[in-house]
Amino acid sequence: MQYRLGSEVKKDFPILSTVLPNGKRLVYLDNAATTQKPIQVINALADFYKFTNANVARSAHYLGEKTTIAYNDARKEVAKFINADQDEIIFTSGTTESINTIAYGWGDENVSEGDEIVVMTSEHHSDFVPWQQLALRKKAHFKVVPLREDGTIDIDTVKRYVTSKTKVVACAGMTNSFGIINPVEEIGHIAHKSGAVFVVDGAQSVPSMPTDVKRMDADFLSFSGHKMLGPMGIGVLYVKKSIIESLKPFLTGGGMIDEVKNDSTTFACAPDRYEAGTPNVEGAVGLATAIRYLREIGMEGILEHERDLLGYAYERLSSVDRVILYGPKNFEKRGGILSFNIRGIHPHDVASILDANGVAIRSGHHCAQPILRYLNVEFMATARASFYIYNERSDIDVLVDAIEDAKRRFS
Amino acid sequence: MRDFSDLYAEIIMDHQKHPRNFGTLPIFDKEVQMTNSSCGDQISLQVKFEDGKIKDIKFKGMGCAISMASASVMTELLKGTDVNEAKRISSEFIEMVTNGKAPVDDLKDAQVFSGVSKYPMRVKCATLAWHAVQKALSD
Repeated sequence: MQYRLGSEVKKDFPILSTVLPNGKRLVYLDNAATTQKPIQVINALADFYKFTNANVARSAHYLGEKTTIAYNDARKEVAKFINADQDEIIFTSGTTESINTIAYGWGDENVSEGDEIVVMTSEHHSDFVPWQQLALRKKAHFKVVPLREDGTIDIDTVKRYVTSKTKVVACAGMTNSFGIINPVEEIGHIAHKSGAVFVVDGAQSVPSMPTDVKRMDADFLSFSGHKMLGPMGIGVLYVKKSIIESLKPFLTGGGMIDEVKNDSTTFACAPDRYEAGTPNVEGAVGLATAIRYLREIGMEGILEHERDLLGYAYERLSSVDRVILYGPKNFEKRGGILSFNIRGIHPHDVASILDANGVAIRSGHHCAQPILRYLNVEFMATARASFYIYNERSDIDVLVDAIEDAKRRFS
Repeated sequence: MRDFSDLYAEIIMDHQKHPRNFGTLPIFDKEVQMTNSSCGDQISLQVKFEDGKIKDIKFKGMGCAISMASASVMTELLKGTDVNEAKRISSEFIEMVTNGKAPVDDLKDAQVFSGVSKYPMRVKCATLAWHAVQKALSD
């Protein structure tokens, strides 16, 4: 069955029928922070505890086997989703842990004094701070690639920043601040030509567009379940097969060992060796269910749907006095994220007044202070509306009315 | 938000439109700068003391209506008060907004911020200037 995005999928999300205490209908436009969960995912979590739960890869009993099968199936589902092999998939708690696993597990072993680490100014703090801290630990150079005025990356600038000393190039598939889709394939090519590894932060792009790790030639790709209809606390780190055994385990302990003696331990093969402790099986099962849901509605249509909403929001808001819209006007380079400000009103006040109208948006620095500082954004903060599969044009009409209300209140 | 007036009482809107004691002092004894990293609100506070009292106080800053109005109300309330009294009042304000304690009469106009305690995301905005003044009074 082919779903129509917008109203038709909305019925799968119980929380979207929330009515606020003041009687306003909830309009959820904070999807870049976290998405809501369809009933299929919610049921999968409950069913896991009703029918499956035991520890994984340890217990040779009925439920133990069932849990292990469910966990392995989840890994297969994730691998298929990004065109990887299942032993290239490490489950983590989310993008932040994924990137720290690279920075400590690979970075500490392979980056030394005088080497360079290159990131974009537009990275989320989770793809910025771990690299900055790695550079500080190793006395390496931390190089931050400047952007064009609209926040987009200029490939020629990247070429200038990446040299033979560069060990790591890290870049988001889509920025969470302005929703800019970065040219990852070209950047990966530049990284590899210089002998650097290429790290893609897919937290924002994987939920919205088809992802193929082979085509983007990423050495590492990380993403979070909660931004793509899955539960919080589950994330993914993809590591290319040729290097996955070269990471030093970031966490050691149970579940990741081969043999433990009093004075030494040998580790299990990847990916087990990078998943110390009892893993988040419930989360993995929920994420796999979310992926199946997304696959069924079709990944190809999601970006198109987001762009339709972005275009409509842009068209309606660009004629509204006092509203400043950020990011490139070329929608081909964007997903469904619209950062904006209302001149003279702090984005936190905008968010509170929109909330009084039932509209949920994010306000603040979006964990992306470097780009806001670089572009000299008023208040060092923006309001951000972000769209996903269940949003409709009528949601944007409510948003626009709420913005008019904010302007009236702060005239 | 239940309602607009829950968070943005008339007094708050008035102070954010017409902030009192906004600016800098020619001579001052203490200067404190503070930021609220979760939303980027910034305040710079200058205080002049005389005979154990706050002789004059001014602030400059950038931030949301709640943070700026709160700073304005704070300066108006504490200007001319005894330092120990000011310490007590600022603690009362922070208790009220952070822990939801019932507003006390001493807080006068500042009582209108009591509603903020129901909005954990905005507590830091409302208390920024009060933390800054506590710092200015403490050492």
